[in-house]
This record gives sequence, structure tokens and C-alpha cells, in this order.
Amino acid sequence: MEAEQFGQHISRSFNAELENLRNEVLRMGGMVENHLDMAIEAIVAGDSELGLTVAGQDHKINQMEVAIDEECNRILATRGPTATDLRLIVAVIKAITDLERVGDEAQKIGYLASHLASNQEPSGHYRELSELGEHVKKMLHDALDAFLRLDAKDALLVVEEDKLVDDEYDMILRQCISMMMEDSRTIRRFMDVSWAARALERIGDHAKNISEYVIYMVHGKDIRHLELDQVRQEMGVE
Amino acid sequence: MSNEAAIMEAPELQSEPRRIEDATAVQEPAAKRDEPMMMDEEQEGKGHTVGDITAADPVISVRNCNVHYDDTCALKNINLDIGRGEVIALIGPSGCGKSTFLRCLNRMNDTIDSARITGTFNLYGEDIYAAETDVVLLRARVGMVFQKPNPFPKSIYENVAYGPRIHGLATSRAEMDDIVYGSLERAGLLDELKSRMDDRGTSLSGGQQQRLCIARTIAVNPEVILMDEPCSSLDPIATAKIEDLIDELSRNYAIAIITHSMHQAARVSRRTAYFHLGRLIEVDATDKIFTNPGHRLTEDYVTGRFG
Repeated sequence: MEAEQFGQHISRSFNAELENLRNEVLRMGGMVENHLDMAIEAIVAGDSELGLTVAGQDHKINQMEVAIDEECNRILATRGPTATDLRLIVAVIKAITDLERVGDEAQKIGYLASHLASNQEPSGHYRELSELGEHVKKMLHDALDAFLRLDAKDALLVVEEDKLVDDEYDMILRQCISMMMEDSRTIRRFMDVSWAARALERIGDHAKNISEYVIYMVHGKDIRHLELDQVRQEMGVE
Repeated sequence: MSNEAAIMEAPELQSEPRRIEDATAVQEPAAKRDEPMMMDEEQEGKGHTVGDITAADPVISVRNCNVHYDDTCALKNINLDIGRGEVIALIGPSGCGKSTFLRCLNRMNDTIDSARITGTFNLYGEDIYAAETDVVLLRARVGMVFQKPNPFPKSIYENVAYGPRIHGLATSRAEMDDIVYGSLERAGLLDELKSRMDDRGTSLSGGQQQRLCIARTIAVNPEVILMDEPCSSLDPIATAKIEDLIDELSRNYAIAIITHSMHQAARVSRRTAYFHLGRLIEVDATDKIFTNPGHRLTEDYVTGRFG
């Protein structure tokens, strides 16, 4: 399945609608990536102001979700899309829900950043958070890239990556617990850190979901809740 | 040869190697068939039919069907079963051969001198084209509903009673009444028309005329109903009524319907067959055809792309 396929309808206005829809999703994806970037920057650098800025802008992402959703509904009603077109619309409707949730998590991280910054702690403690953040940022970026290129193989790599993110999250959680046990005065702070780690881990899940929709779009197969080995086998990937 | 045996063996009469996707295809390497997620390679419809051409309980079974009009090849090596209690939609662009195929099933092409038809056509294992086949009886068993409603210029009652009368299905007026009223009832017309039985069939609305034609078809207890774009001249309300009726009738009859409306095919049928330039490209569950077709040509057609 090639991306150009969406421009080969007999109806040129349908081509334009699908093209526009894909662009809107990627624009929303770009905005979400940008928010995530700033949120991670805010928490790692202890930048309270930046954290609040991110948190205050989440409504823009929400608006985009609603607008794209409406456009999908309109296309469903007027075009009655089938096969790849239908799968594109279904995938878009689902993907924007996940993107919107990533936006929510970024907002959450923004608030936590502002909270943590006000405790005036050295930023060095947040190195692991920074690594996890970079990791999920890359996952989200790759998922959106696979969405753009309709690349099921790359999407599968993102799905596989989620396991590593889960492990990193566990590690941060364990560190937080030992810090809190060492010095109970830090409990409040490390609670915040673990919340932030949790938010990043959830973003990894959303990136994984988006990748699963890409595989659905390309192959028409719903791989949610399947074992990875089974998925690889069905896709003919080693 | 029994009907089942005919399907199982599916003789390949063509000299060029051509696969028939059915139970005999076990010699096919298993790996090749286990790649449901890989899109078929671009073929210009020259290969075998994608999907499963067989039905569990076939009423009509067609093998190696070729049709020529003079030198023009209209259908090339078509293999397809139509199962009991099944609605199968035949779709494809104009001139793809779907109407020709449908007309082969009750020998409507006999009336066209230039048509040459080869292959086996079985109705419950009996050869439709056997010399001893009574064509009039065949067309009662395999009824047809056309694009434009064509009621006789007679009363509503006579429209429905005509078929049962020539086939001698009723011995008394009371029995005939039962058949006529029963058929109108099943066609969802009785309530609308019971006070107008002496009106002319042609005085009805288009949708009512079409349902009258369906009532006329089912009055002779067919086994198969063929419909060639039955809703193309009807408004959405009449169309919805016919579609409901198809749903209702599919419990008792095998139904093959040609339609140019993708959504009608998706709504009414359980299986869909896609024809392209005289070849049967793909047959599969309707859900699959409209969400994830196996052949590029099918995909292009159902999504409205350049073929």
C-alpha cells in the first residue's frame, strides 16, 4: 500500500479531502510532539514557566481533535469510503484520540514540572526522566512518520519498542521508591517524579497504539492484544 | 457425477495452467496461502480468482464458464457457486460480464443467436444446459427480476396468478387465491394492494411494480432468484423496501443480485463477486471485499479509483 493511493480516486475532490485529512493529522501530531518536547524540557531543566506554558496550550490540541473528528464524520457520511479509504478514516479517528491523550499527558508533565521547579531541586535527579522522555519522543515521532509513509514494518518496530519503555519506567519507579525510603522528606518530590515517569510511559503506550493503527491501515489486520511473535509471523517479518 | 463430486474435481479444461481456488488446491504450497496480510501483486486480472468460489451448500454451481458473442469474449473461465440461503452480489464496471453471467444461469442468453456458451452449469447437480431441460420450467426454478419493473398489462391479481397457472400449481380458485395473496404478502405488498386487486399492474408506483414483479417471481416457488439491478430505477424508500425484502427472501431462496451501488452490495449480500473485463477477479465475504479486498483491481473498483 502506497501513500499515493489516496490521490488516485476518480473523484478529485475526494482525493483532496483525504489528502487534507492526512495533513491535518500530521499537523496535530507535530503540535503534540512540540508540546511533549517543551514539557520534557521544562521538567528536566526545572523551568516552571515553560511547564505552565505547555499546560496552558493543551486546548489547541483538543480543538484540532474535534475538528478532525468532524471532518472524518463528514467524509463517512458523504463518501461512504470502502477498503483502504475506510481503514484510513477509522485509523485517523482512533489515532487522533491517542494524540489528544498524549497532549493531556504533556499537560500533566507541564504542571508537574512547574511544581517540581518550585521545590528548587537540582536538575541532576531527572536524568533518567530525560532519557525516558527522549525515548518516548522518538517512539511518537516514528509512529507519526510510519503513519505518513504507511510503513507497517517501521510501525511494528515502534510497537516492539514499548516493552523497553515499560522497563525504563519500572527502573525509575524503583529508584524513586528507594530515594523516598532513604529520606522521607523527599517523598513529595519523588511522588511527582514518578507521576511524570508514569505520564511518559503512557505516551509510549499511545505511540504504540498509533503504530497499531498504521498496521491496520496497511494490512487490514487488527493486531491489538496479539502476541508480538504472532504479529511478526502474520506480517511475514523476521 | 454428483454435484459435490463436480465441485471437488473442478476439471481444468484450459491448456494454460490456471488455478481454481477450491478444496483441490491443496497442492498449493501452504506458505503462499498463509499470507493474508500481504497484498496480492498487481495482476491485470489474468490469473486465478482470488478468494473462495465455493459455497457450503451450493444450489447453482458453475465451472469453466466461457461466453462469446461472435468473436468477442464476454466471460473467460468463470467458476462460481451460489449457496442455499445466500445473497451473492455481482459487482463490476459496465461491460464486465456480470449480466451475461447472470443470464447464463436461466438460459436467457439462448435468445441471443451470436452467444456461444461453454462450461458446466448445475442446478442442484442437474445440468441446466442439458438437451432435455425444459427452459420454461428452468426459468420458474431460477426466477429473474429486471432493472425496469415489467408487470404484465393485466390486473394485479393476474400478474401474480399467471405463472402458477401455466405451471399448473393451483387446482382451484381457492388455491390460486392462497398463492397470489401469499406471494403478495411475502413481497410486502398485500396490505397496500388488497383492496386494488383488479387495478392494472402498470398503474402502480415504480417501487410497487418492482415488488409486484418479485411477487410474480416467488409465486412459482423458485429455488434461485436472479436480480439485475432491481433498484436502479427506484427512489431510496422503495429501494429500502426491496432490500428488506431481499433480506427476508434470502431465508428461503438463493439470490444473486447485480448492483452498481457499492453500498447496496455491502448492505444486502453475504458474499460478493467482482467481475472485470470478463473475468471473475475475486469472490469473498462481503465484509472482506469492502474492508480489505485481496486483489488490487477489486480495491480500485470499490474505492472508486482509476482501474
